[in-house]
Amino acid sequence: MKARSAALRAAVYAAAAITALTIVFLVGYIVVKGAPHLEPELFAPKYTTDNLSMLPAIINTALMTVSALLISGPVGVFAAVYLVEYASRSSRLARGVRLAAETLSGIPSVVYGLFGRLLFVAMWGLSLISGAFTLAIMTLPLIMRTAQEALLSVPDTYREGSFGLGAGKLRTVFAITLPAAAPGILAGFILSVGRIVGETAALIYTAGTVAEMPKNAFSSVRTLSVHMYVLSNEALYVNQSYATALVLMVLVIFINAGSNAIAKKLTIHSL
Amino acid sequence: MGAEIEISNLSVYYGAVRALTDVSLNIPEHGITAFIGPSGCGKSTLLKTINRMNDLVEGFRAEGGVTVGGRDVYGGIDVTQLRKRVGMVFQKPNPFPMSIFDNVAYGPRTHGVRARAKLEAAVEKSLRDAAIWDEVKDRLRRSALSLSGGQQQRLCIARALAVGPQALLLDEPTSALDPISTSKIEDLVTQLKAEYTIVIVTHNMQQAARISDRTAFFLLGELIEHGATEELFSMPSQKKTEDYITGRFG
Repeated sequence: MKARSAALRAAVYAAAAITALTIVFLVGYIVVKGAPHLEPELFAPKYTTDNLSMLPAIINTALMTVSALLISGPVGVFAAVYLVEYASRSSRLARGVRLAAETLSGIPSVVYGLFGRLLFVAMWGLSLISGAFTLAIMTLPLIMRTAQEALLSVPDTYREGSFGLGAGKLRTVFAITLPAAAPGILAGFILSVGRIVGETAALIYTAGTVAEMPKNAFSSVRTLSVHMYVLSNEALYVNQSYATALVLMVLVIFINAGSNAIAKKLTIHSL
Repeated sequence: MGAEIEISNLSVYYGAVRALTDVSLNIPEHGITAFIGPSGCGKSTLLKTINRMNDLVEGFRAEGGVTVGGRDVYGGIDVTQLRKRVGMVFQKPNPFPMSIFDNVAYGPRTHGVRARAKLEAAVEKSLRDAAIWDEVKDRLRRSALSLSGGQQQRLCIARALAVGPQALLLDEPTSALDPISTSKIEDLVTQLKAEYTIVIVTHNMQQAARISDRTAFFLLGELIEHGATEELFSMPSQKKTEDYITGRFG
């Protein structure tokens, strides 16, 4: 008995250690490989085949993230409001929306890419806007489902209180329910930012690989992840792709930390 | 316009289940009427039928008449206006997750008051009327959730008063509170009856006996007996009422 519990204990510790070590190793490896090659010219305002600047890609990543979320954010949140606040339990439309969201969230991103190529690229070419719409569809289920969870966790007593004062459904949703659900909704946005920043397959199909800042919404753009993929693919620029990976990693860590702080602030404010 | 509440031959259904059977009851203005009875007897259902909070429940259906101040509650009255005239306080204190000021101002804002000075005046008056002004006047910007349970419930009463109702429906307002907070709420309700028609649902018979002017006793969806509180508690005319108030069941 004692031997078994000791063995189990060892296994549990080992599992925890392996998990921690994997992260440490991965982060350490990228830092070691990437940091020495973080040269100022990698952040030159303009990309050339000599300097391999990633600055345009960083800006493109930000643009892509904001544009995709501008599309999927409102649609996802309002779809969730419909499901939680308006649809009756037996509604066919509501069941359809839920099924669609579940199905969408299981599709691999490369399939979204192909779909975006056939639909958006056919209309707008390889462009920021094609990529943004594709990623918007990809992140829509995530945003909708987290918003739905957040709205469901708002106690009904708040709604009762609001209705009891003569407020209608619309005012109750906008003044009470949505603000109370804001931290949870924001969590969905954070997860979506992570997916957008890390996405390559869907973007290679839809936004292309032009390493410049876009002139307009119909210009092809390359985000940081795609930039890294392209560099590493060309075999000559392994060092630069490690440097890019390092920047990408730091960026994601900052985004997560920043949005966690915002979420915390929102929660405290609402308490 | 008056605020007497008249209920005539009211039956309420949730889907196929009948929750209230043929209830007729007259609730006069300016006084406290208590609804008592064991759990599931329909007293909360009746309360929520008066300001149509039951509309939110799927399968709800009411037959018969409910009038407030002579106006038919289920016949073309604007629900917003109805709830403005008939305020409600719930079993569990449910202040919104916002500041104390914004909680009280929520109702007036809902009904279109925007001017700062007007809102401030309404908030102060409501908080004074709900006997909580002195406790919160220095921290109106603080979150309402930082208040104690009893304070939160008085804040909810202030919030209900802020829209200028004529009647107040209280659904077991002290069931989640300690004895001291409870007695504060009871004192408050007793003060408020001079201006408002008050209906209180309570599980606590001593509470009904202490503060109400009239009492109605419900059992299994039927109104068994109603009348002046003193009479009902000292000389109930029905055997079932007597059994309940003497603690033989319930």
